[in-house]
Amino acid sequence: MSKIHVQTIVNRDPVEFLADPRETLLDCLRDHLGLTGSKEGCGTGDCGACSVTVDGTLISSCLMLGVEAGGKSIETIEGMAQGEDLHPLQRKFIEHAAFQCGYCTPGILVAAKNLLEKNPSPTETEVRYWLAGNLCRCTGYDKIIRAVMDAAEEMRGAA
Amino acid sequence: MAKDDLSTHLKYVGTRPDRPDGLDKVTGRARYGADIAAAGMLHAAVVRSPHAHARIIKIDTSKAEAVAGVKAVVTRADFPTGLTGEDWNLQENTMAGDKALYDGHAVAAVAATTSLLAKEAAELVEVEYEILPHVTDVDEAIKPDAPVIREGAADASVPEGMPANVVKYMEFGHGDIEAGFAEADLVMENTYKTEATHQGYIEPQACMGQLGKDGKGEMWVSTQGHWYIRKMSAAVLGLEASQLRVTPSEIGGGFGGKTTIFMEPLSLALSKKAGGRPVKIVMSRAEVLRATGPTASASMDVKIGMKKDGTLTAARAEFRMQGGAFPGAPVDMALYCAFAAYKLPNVEHIGYDVLANRPKCAAYRAPGSPMGAFAAESLLDEMCHKLGLDPLEVRKKNAVREGDKSSYGPKFGSIGLIETLDALENHPNMQAPLGPNQGRGIATGYWFNHGGETSVSMAISEDGTAQVSVGTPDIGGSRASIALMTAEALGIPYENVRVNVVETGALGVNEPTHGSRATFASGKAAVESTNQAIAEMCRRAAAEWGIAPEAVEWRDGAAHPAGPNAGDFPPMSIQEIAVKMGETGGPISGHHEGNLDGVGASFGAHAVDVEVDPETGRTTILRYLVVQDAGRAIHPAYVEGQYQGGAVQGIGWALNEEYIYDDKGRLQNPVFLDYRIPVASDLPMIDTVIVEVPNPGHPYGVRGVGETGITPPLPALANAIQNAVGVRMRDLPMSPVKVLAAIKAQNG
Ligand code: FES
Ligand code: FES
Repeated sequence: MSKIHVQTIVNRDPVEFLADPRETLLDCLRDHLGLTGSKEGCGTGDCGACSVTVDGTLISSCLMLGVEAGGKSIETIEGMAQGEDLHPLQRKFIEHAAFQCGYCTPGILVAAKNLLEKNPSPTETEVRYWLAGNLCRCTGYDKIIRAVMDAAEEMRGAA
Repeated sequence: MAKDDLSTHLKYVGTRPDRPDGLDKVTGRARYGADIAAAGMLHAAVVRSPHAHARIIKIDTSKAEAVAGVKAVVTRADFPTGLTGEDWNLQENTMAGDKALYDGHAVAAVAATTSLLAKEAAELVEVEYEILPHVTDVDEAIKPDAPVIREGAADASVPEGMPANVVKYMEFGHGDIEAGFAEADLVMENTYKTEATHQGYIEPQACMGQLGKDGKGEMWVSTQGHWYIRKMSAAVLGLEASQLRVTPSEIGGGFGGKTTIFMEPLSLALSKKAGGRPVKIVMSRAEVLRATGPTASASMDVKIGMKKDGTLTAARAEFRMQGGAFPGAPVDMALYCAFAAYKLPNVEHIGYDVLANRPKCAAYRAPGSPMGAFAAESLLDEMCHKLGLDPLEVRKKNAVREGDKSSYGPKFGSIGLIETLDALENHPNMQAPLGPNQGRGIATGYWFNHGGETSVSMAISEDGTAQVSVGTPDIGGSRASIALMTAEALGIPYENVRVNVVETGALGVNEPTHGSRATFASGKAAVESTNQAIAEMCRRAAAEWGIAPEAVEWRDGAAHPAGPNAGDFPPMSIQEIAVKMGETGGPISGHHEGNLDGVGASFGAHAVDVEVDPETGRTTILRYLVVQDAGRAIHPAYVEGQYQGGAVQGIGWALNEEYIYDDKGRLQNPVFLDYRIPVASDLPMIDTVIVEVPNPGHPYGVRGVGETGITPPLPALANAIQNAVGVRMRDLPMSPVKVLAAIKAQNG
């Protein structure tokens, strides 16, 4: 199948790639742009390991075609830290031991950042429901929820 | 080791520093199995049987081979013949031979220049099947007239005349079981069933393999144990293990499922055929669920005798388990663990390992223990109900202590079951008030823990920091705990120790990160290695001071003169020794290897409060408490994480997760939407209490914490549901549909 030229913005940088029309955005990020921080856990939209935002909307990048990404602005885990400065969520995840294997972590961080942008003071229940699409098999979620709540509190304090 | 004489002196052990691999894992930089790429790399796709049981009449690969960009196609014809025992099982599971033995069994594999091309070509492989009768349920498979998976698969343990699918039989116990039951005031017997569940690691299996004409190869694999991958892949392909060099990637969860091979040897076989180009294979989620690891399913009869005061007089377990189309269901472990928490003068265990048309089971966190506990801890609770006894009191009354003979034979060393039960009893959750349709359930769980083959090296760097090389992949923070123990032994800051997980060429054989052994065994070997380096540093200081090495002692990261005639020298720090080690005798390092013993077993006890909706049968968890003896928690945050993660896997097993087969033996739910593992909104916080009864067989008292946590949730939830709505669930999962049916049946 002939490839399609896609121009888009990823983590605030202009990028371009050639995508097979069957390739997902996740495939394109990982295989064409070398951004392997987004993970595939299912390929069917059920695990959230591939979470990214497209024009500010949280999506499963395994459910979007790469060719649909043209002209959008995409944020992935690789764009979360500002230079050397980690996002408060990233720091809190390390501090709270909020991951074991770390495979779900990029997707959960991207999803949690999106939550806090929309709702800076979520309740525990709101965090749990927002992250219900992000599977973690290692932690039982306890420390993840605590890390998100703590990061939210710190960010509120800083704001 | 008394409980506190060590802990008061510990500076790093027991603290909660950032894990050394944390930064890589929050930035997306950590490289997992599928994150690798190499020049000339090909991508592979696997052709899988859509049938549960079928004779393979013919495989035609010509159309696939003709596709431009396809570089190799392999079938079983490309594998060596003549393998026996487990090597044959592994080979047969990697690639079907005469028969496809389960839905999803690999029959061919294709390597091409892109993964889309490989998938397209895989669809062009034509396989002619003759469909055979199949069986997937363990109670069906053990019937004399069941479809036979494989003649002659039984080992010597199986008595003459047993059904053909029984491949292993066991029988053990002690005392006089009938006399024991005769002494009891109440004897009850019931049958319990658990369905197969999957480890459910979020990272699907992934690897890249390269094998040249010279028989030398390399692999990059997401695995819990790269020496196992090396040995097994070599055996399946008829190579010498020494010819393969295997590098572990970061691993996205394993829980036992990544201690063995599935498609890994295919990457090598395809690479060889493709002229030595590296071949990458990444499984899809459906492939993971259909063809890798689940645990066994079980059907279990349990009988217990109890006196009016709760004293146990006798117990009997007869377990039937299927672990797929190959021997290896953990029926032995299930039996060992079932009654392990209790003093039992009279006990009998009988077990059957049964073949069925399902994928070859792999280890899953405390293999066998959750099933055994579900049966034994459920029945015990039912009997407490009947006699009006407090289930916690009964457990305490019968609890094993140091020196007791275990239900499965050996005497217990130092154990912390009583301490664990006491901590459970004293936790505020046990006093929380319960409303209508709410109930509390408790249960215990057991795991042996494990030492095993271990090889670790450490070296002092010129700047006085330490590098530790271990062979146990870091699944959940073991780099941090090994660094903490090394820092403690050396007396240098935690940040000055770097722990590397190294490839197979760098150390002797290491067993995988399994059986809760990484922190115990690699930690113990790291401390032994460190002690060697310390001895050498003391010698260097002694030489400089011109005193005997015995007159030097190591403390707070420095050599100190000690003893009456040592002289009065200022301490010589690790930095001072390290910076000039080139002139004082060369590198300073330590190494330890062995088959490590000194393992300390671990008991846990959980308490769960649930609310069951009588309209829908849905169980909501209100509160969850995990109490477990860690021996000592090296990094308590990751110990809590193991407790919480294990408990939630057990909760999933108890309430939701199951393998669903249709009448053709095809798996109906090979996606996460339908194989539903717990999500964040299903759960409350998971409360934990770390009990520390140090293991005298480890320098810091470690027992191992990974396994036990998955076991108690199965019975604890069944016990809680009975207390909430009065129905006794003996068949997992306790899904809303089943609980509702039971409530309806109860209400008549
Ligand atoms: S990989 Fe996209 S949701 Fe699982
Ligand atoms: S930390 Fe392993 S899946 Fe979440």
